[in-house]
Amino acid sequence: MKKVEAIIRKSKFDEVKKALHEIKVNFFSYWDVTGVGNEKQGHVYRGVAYSTTDIQRRYLVIVVSDNYLDKTLNTLMSTARTGDVGDGKIFVSDVTEAIRIRTGETGTPAIS
Amino acid sequence: MEQSLFTANNVWMMICTALVFFMHLGFSLLEAGLTRQKNTINILFKNLFIICGGLLVYYVIGFGLMYPGEFNGFFGFAGFGIESPENGNLVTYADGGYTYWTDFLFQGMFAATAATIVSGAVAERIKIHAFMLFSIIYLAFVYPIVGSWQWGGGFLSTLGDYFGQEGGFYDFAGSTLVHSVGGWAALMVIVVLGARMGKFDSDGKSKAIPGHNIPIATTGVLILWLGWFGFNGGSVLSADPALTSLVLVTTSMSAAAGGFGAFVVSAIKFKNFDVTMFMNGILGGLVGITAGADLMSPLESIVIGLISGALVVFAVSWIDKLKLDDPVGAVAVHLFCGIWGTMAVGIFGDKAGLQQLLYQFIGVFIIGIFCSVFAYAIVKIIDLTMGVRVGKSEEVEGLDIHEHGMDAYADFGLNDH
Repeated sequence: MKKVEAIIRKSKFDEVKKALHEIKVNFFSYWDVTGVGNEKQGHVYRGVAYSTTDIQRRYLVIVVSDNYLDKTLNTLMSTARTGDVGDGKIFVSDVTEAIRIRTGETGTPAIS
Repeated sequence: MEQSLFTANNVWMMICTALVFFMHLGFSLLEAGLTRQKNTINILFKNLFIICGGLLVYYVIGFGLMYPGEFNGFFGFAGFGIESPENGNLVTYADGGYTYWTDFLFQGMFAATAATIVSGAVAERIKIHAFMLFSIIYLAFVYPIVGSWQWGGGFLSTLGDYFGQEGGFYDFAGSTLVHSVGGWAALMVIVVLGARMGKFDSDGKSKAIPGHNIPIATTGVLILWLGWFGFNGGSVLSADPALTSLVLVTTSMSAAAGGFGAFVVSAIKFKNFDVTMFMNGILGGLVGITAGADLMSPLESIVIGLISGALVVFAVSWIDKLKLDDPVGAVAVHLFCGIWGTMAVGIFGDKAGLQQLLYQFIGVFIIGIFCSVFAYAIVKIIDLTMGVRVGKSEEVEGLDIHEHGMDAYADFGLNDH
């Protein structure tokens, strides 16, 4: 099992969610995060230009079985991308165990 | 005059009184919106203090100083408190325009307006005690004494005497007597107070400190516009149909043109459509027309408004360049447009002329000197005795939690820019 963490634009979230559902990735968690990065958001306030370091993004955590990994990554890459600076990042790591609390199932059956 | 006309006049004046009262909500929202979340309680507290303290002080001493009756033209005092004269509620008082009670409350609301101008300029860094003390002293003496020179029948109203001429200084509803009086005080206090931490970087470059609630600030501006119908409309001092309706037209035209002028100039100058400049421009237009709202044609009021709006944008950057910090643009709006509007009486409208322009200049100049010197002295003495500025950690963490021990939005954790 793999854990896929994706930081994406909020504006791309609905599209990503729909695409993940289409490839039968039905369960994942997300939350809103604030970060800093290379993107400069130009602002002008009362004649003074400034750029805020606060970048608002959505953080998705998706745990998938190994054979779903490529499909998931491809989906994220194709739907979350705009081509501009600030599209976000994806991190993949190993997951040693998964347990469904209600049934006690472990491993891949617990996440499908 | 018939009793029914007297009643109608008085009703209109009471409505105007209520509208001027409503302006305090406008100021509160505008100032709260254009400053940071961590200082919101402080701003609201100051605004409540001004309306309450202002009315009480005006009752105790202000009204007596501003309308001393027969006096030498420079300083007079009718006595403490208010007491209706025998004809105070009869048609013979004030030509049947309003009663003595209406007179007091209408003027009292005006007085509080002048002090509230200071509140926005000094936001986010002044000690609450220092602010309360300053505004009470300023309201008790400076505002009513200056007012007596013109509206109390003092030497400015008969300035022509010194030149062997008719007429005198003219300020219909207070571009100078209210707005510049507040504006000078705001300027002097921010000079002594210094800029907020983080407003200028180590190279002296101006940094943006965005306000935390722009919808609230916008609401405040539109409420102020509404309140101005009472501020200028009531300054007719009766319900005279032709004059009150003209005044409402010139007031609105100037406000509209002011907003237009400000957003166009700021869009050209800074390449963005800044809603806060739009707001200041509307207010600048309102302040600008206030001195001559009853003298101008609609077209002239539009010209005055356009210039006011443009002036606000330049004044805001100019104040920035002087390393002065005015979070809400109070000096640009109330002082710069106050002066412009007062001078405009000598350039446009029924009184236009060189002689009038000279009277206007003398009035602006004398009042400017008097207010600045007085304001500077008061704030300097407060600074040397009790201190005028909050400590570093208070400023960083916010006045709300340190001066008041409260949160404005207890259940919300918002972003702190």
